[in-house]
Amino acid sequence: MTTTEAVAAAVAPPGTDRARAARRRRGPAASQWTALGFAAPLLAYLILFYAYPLLRNIDLSVHDYTIRAFVQGNAEFVGFDKYVEVFTSSAFPTALWNTAVFTVVSIVFQYAIGLALAVFFRSGFRLSGLLRAMFLVPWLLPLIVSASTWAWMLNSENGIVNSVLGAFGVEQINWLTSPDTALLSVTIANIWLGVPFNLVILYSGLQNIPGEVYEAASLDGAGPWKQFWSITFPLLRPVSAITILLGLIYTLKVVDVIWIMTTGGPGNASTTLAIWSYREAFGTGQPDFSPAAAVGNLLILIALVFGFLHLQLQRRQEDS
Amino acid sequence: MTSRPTPPTRSTVRRTARKPAWKTALGVFFTLVMLFPVYWMVNVSFTQTRDLRADPPHWFPWDPTFEGYQAVFAQQLPALGTSLLIGLGCVALTVAISAPAGYALALLHLRGGRTLNFLLLVAQMIPAVVMAMGFYAVYNNLGLLNTVGGLIVADSTVAVPFGVLLYTAFMSGIPRELLQAARVDGAGAWRTFRSIVLPVSRNSTLTVALFAFLWAWSDFIFASTLSRNGDLIPITLSIYNYIGNNTTQWNAIMATAVVASVPAAILLVVAQRYVAAGVTAGAVKD
Repeated sequence: MTTTEAVAAAVAPPGTDRARAARRRRGPAASQWTALGFAAPLLAYLILFYAYPLLRNIDLSVHDYTIRAFVQGNAEFVGFDKYVEVFTSSAFPTALWNTAVFTVVSIVFQYAIGLALAVFFRSGFRLSGLLRAMFLVPWLLPLIVSASTWAWMLNSENGIVNSVLGAFGVEQINWLTSPDTALLSVTIANIWLGVPFNLVILYSGLQNIPGEVYEAASLDGAGPWKQFWSITFPLLRPVSAITILLGLIYTLKVVDVIWIMTTGGPGNASTTLAIWSYREAFGTGQPDFSPAAAVGNLLILIALVFGFLHLQLQRRQEDS
Repeated sequence: MTSRPTPPTRSTVRRTARKPAWKTALGVFFTLVMLFPVYWMVNVSFTQTRDLRADPPHWFPWDPTFEGYQAVFAQQLPALGTSLLIGLGCVALTVAISAPAGYALALLHLRGGRTLNFLLLVAQMIPAVVMAMGFYAVYNNLGLLNTVGGLIVADSTVAVPFGVLLYTAFMSGIPRELLQAARVDGAGAWRTFRSIVLPVSRNSTLTVALFAFLWAWSDFIFASTLSRNGDLIPITLSIYNYIGNNTTQWNAIMATAVVASVPAAILLVVAQRYVAAGVTAGAVKD
């Protein structure tokens, strides 16, 4: 779902910046007050509904908020205690490792499958436009819908997956309830969800590679495999980099899919940082906002590192 | 969208003439594999309760039941209505904030526009779970927990940065001559915005509106945190509670899921014209 913002983010800025720079040279600006007037709702919005909740979140992480302190508003200031508590918690290494595995495996497969499909669809055949549109379906469905469908398909006793595997003599796998396969299961579902996004961006990247390059290559006797590795892949590198970085930023945030399928369990087997934060704050009967906010802020930090990398990359591409 | 820079020379014409059928077959196969979970959702939604645990499972609902759908219309209409309300509210709020902001950024040379653009990009990277916590704390003080309005505002935080960026990108492409002509005719900034910029940006508005609606409709994180105990819960949360309450009635759960997917299906049909075009238009540009 959040993937479309990504497309717009990847796609929107270059044109705008350049156009604005051109205009700045052209002459005196219209009244700044008018401009400010039109932007005022957005500025107010950003302060009220972005800055304020985020500040409140930092506030949560440096106080000891229990549900009672929440109501009475007299939480004790504890400084970085909650962060220390989080870092030294036994759940921390597990959550960090799960986040890394979930993110990296998801991205690698989403990208590889997305790229293979993009190349396949580029060749253009009857119905290719329609089929490509159909591929968008997983991306457009509400996550609760896809996640619960996957949960039922992976059900131990009645799931279609085990039934098919059983026909080949594989014994029942407790996909969602065994600590060995829970993370794998949610990763598979997440790969399925992310393929359309990768396909869309990579396909539009392929459109920008001029056809003559391929024609020249095929005149030189390069086969499809050679063409892919010597033309498509290198020329697509900037688009690939942005796709992968955006994928990283968005996969780090994933809560819905994992929460709906396994709630991070069994135990902490499929608990990522985002899930951990969600569970501490909202997932149990005993909300514990302070550590949840601390984990959340750590997550922001990680996302921002990749975010700045992404902006850097985009700027460099703009300049070239 | 699929236009390539090369004009159709004879060689490309010949190539299109013998499009291999096996590729179409392979493409159909891939699509079927990809869409299997969607098919399975529909299949299960029509399966009789007694057949749900059949082994091997029924691959096709030969003996369909509409019980699931009857349950949806008997129980889920308020939730669907709530989701509709939240979706429309989110669309209105998003467009009302992002269209004028896009105008200010793209055409009125707002000072500090670059910084604002940058902030919007950063805003998109903040995990929803963190926003949810912040909103929970703020709403708790303001008494906005479990309100439709509160959920509309929270949901719109996903769509507003996207909307501003999309409007800005599109509006910077509006021909200067058009705006100059308006100025010559004595139109002020507001008049120009209302009678020229907005109508010209119709497709962007549709794109922003459709996505704002879909994201609000699909939202689970904000609903499950800010509206947990409300009387009016959206359909996503309703499905979630449904799963928790009756794990045996998967046909009814899947029927609800199918109904909840209808806006996505509609969007896909409309998307062919507006959304895919709007989003990829930016990608192909320059």
